[in-house]
Amino acid sequence: MTTVRSVGVLNKAEPILSLKGISKKFGAVSALNNIELEVHAGEVVALVGDNGAGKSTLIKILAGVHLPSSGKVLFEGKAVELSSPSASLEHGIATVFQDLALCENLDIVANIFLGQELSTLHLDEVSMEVKAWSLLNELAARIPNVRDVVASLSGGQRQTVAIARSLLLNPKVILLDEPTAALGVAQTAEVLNMVERVRDKGLGVIIISHNMEDVRAIADRIVVLRLGENNGVFTPKTSNEELIGAITGAKDNSVSRRAAEKNKVSHESENGEKYVQQ
Amino acid sequence: MSNSNHSESPAAYLDRSDTRVEHAVGLLGWFKEFIDRVRSGDVGSLPVVVGLIIIWTVFASLNPIFLSSNNIVNLLYDCSTIGVIALGIVCVLMLGEIDLSVGSMSGVGSAMLGVLWVNQELPLSIVIMCAIAAGGIVGFTYAFLRIRLGMPSFVSTLAGLLALLGFQLYILGTSGSINLPYGSALVNFGQLMIMPAWLAHSVLMLPGIALLGFGLRHQKRRKQANLSSGSVAGLLFRVAAMTVALQTVAVYLYLGRGLPWMFALFVCLVLAMDYALTRTKWGRSMRAVGGNAEAARRAGINVDQIYISAFVACSMFAALGGILSASRLASASTQAGTGDVNLNAIAAAVIGGTSLFGGRGSAYSALLGIIVIASIANGLTLLNMSSSLRYMITGAVLAIAVIADSLARRSRVTHGRA
Repeated sequence: MTTVRSVGVLNKAEPILSLKGISKKFGAVSALNNIELEVHAGEVVALVGDNGAGKSTLIKILAGVHLPSSGKVLFEGKAVELSSPSASLEHGIATVFQDLALCENLDIVANIFLGQELSTLHLDEVSMEVKAWSLLNELAARIPNVRDVVASLSGGQRQTVAIARSLLLNPKVILLDEPTAALGVAQTAEVLNMVERVRDKGLGVIIISHNMEDVRAIADRIVVLRLGENNGVFTPKTSNEELIGAITGAKDNSVSRRAAEKNKVSHESENGEKYVQQ
Repeated sequence: MSNSNHSESPAAYLDRSDTRVEHAVGLLGWFKEFIDRVRSGDVGSLPVVVGLIIIWTVFASLNPIFLSSNNIVNLLYDCSTIGVIALGIVCVLMLGEIDLSVGSMSGVGSAMLGVLWVNQELPLSIVIMCAIAAGGIVGFTYAFLRIRLGMPSFVSTLAGLLALLGFQLYILGTSGSINLPYGSALVNFGQLMIMPAWLAHSVLMLPGIALLGFGLRHQKRRKQANLSSGSVAGLLFRVAAMTVALQTVAVYLYLGRGLPWMFALFVCLVLAMDYALTRTKWGRSMRAVGGNAEAARRAGINVDQIYISAFVACSMFAALGGILSASRLASASTQAGTGDVNLNAIAAAVIGGTSLFGGRGSAYSALLGIIVIASIANGLTLLNMSSSLRYMITGAVLAIAVIADSLARRSRVTHGRA
């Protein structure tokens, strides 16, 4: 585990995926403006920002769903064109979408191999099942039976299957779009463990999350987007105020005002009691 | 960083390492698992088999002729024509779509047979290919309307029902009915041709042999891959049970006329379709699109192509069914494909256990469902009951089948089996 980590650190000089001046315009609206982003092997980069900051647009560009209006995507130092979802997959960029990613009526093996089945005219169920088990075991996933339909799985288990599926084609970078948004406490922890395991395998991970606690727990770097522009790169040690300031764009914002008000109520007892009495 | 999961019992099968799961052991365990599955709503073909037993018991007690060999042979003839159409319906239902025009399409198929083969005297094989190709074009049109213009298949095929009926009347012209020549191979195929007894007995040995051969090979491969494999005894039991059942059926049929070639053709199509739906990438994609089209698209499946293939297959099967029913009736008339043909084909697929909600179904549902419907029609005819009663009873059975489907679906949702 530690060896892979150190390799990742050694390679820090050369990022596995880097975006140079990526812009995206939808008509008159410029959703992304001159975005710079780098991911190294064995590194978790958290992408945070308010609604409309351009996180999803950026992920879609990397997943090959949208083409950038201008700018370059460098993969292992070479400029690549991600013109379709399959082009991204071929380059080794896998995406785990937040929803709509699994077919509930199919079993886990079928979902992991969906669209990538072995031997088209006579499905090789045995090899697919073995590969499915080895992928899930790599993630230390607790799946009772790969022949169960996905409908019978919990939210965390489904996310596991989705991540296992993204690992099928041996990607170099994996994009996770809010993987913990719909999950409970234990399941969130499970997914975060899994992200760490993926990182320890030497993959680059980009994770979108609104949950600052999760972001701090696993990210090596935190990239903040605001209104389609870079608004700073932080480390997990950065204070909450600073992060929220970067996300919302001001020290004086609705979040800090609420926090200040709370402080007022609890600390300044006289005023606080007055508020309570009223 | 010791991993406890890996260190404990390395000899355990790859798929049996989770100790929280109870695995069925032996015949008793298999039976228990089956009961659990049924109780959670994963009923499969069970309701239709139970329904069939009830229907056959009732009719046999009302009129013993119902179960006579020759009547069963007639029943098999009746099944084959609409059964082929129902096979196509399974394809579109699998995607959660519907084709209401299969009756009219089969009518067009039979009308083309009459006009091109009898009146224009073209070679039969070319005529059959033309009719099936026409079905393909119609199916492609529905798929095009669905995927490019977003037209619900319910509406496009309803329009197609009328348009195709009009086309059928147009090409048949004023005569309204064309008789197919008696004694021709096609009419013999639809009315007389019976498989020789020795051939039927040998052919019916094949499923058992195939099950044994493939089953043993599959078990060996699973064992090599360190996966659990079923018991050899269980496999032998299934092979024996299947062979005995099929041979009994054959012996009984040959007390009467015997196994019709037309029914054999139908069963071959069912087997081919079952293979395509369960063992190929195409079948896997069909299920995926029926279950969650957006997920299938993101997984790189060409969803449009799947829609096209399903609608084209459905209309082609309908045209073929029309040709078979023309050969059964020895005529191509304006009446062909009208009335209850449409709904019987759809009802057969649903009664057999293919879900109207998409994503679940099997080719065998066409076979089982059409036997139920043909049994009702046949039994009531033997009892001299009018078609009014037949329609009402078939309607009730269809309603029960759809209710069973909905209840099973609800139960699957609460038991987490989708």
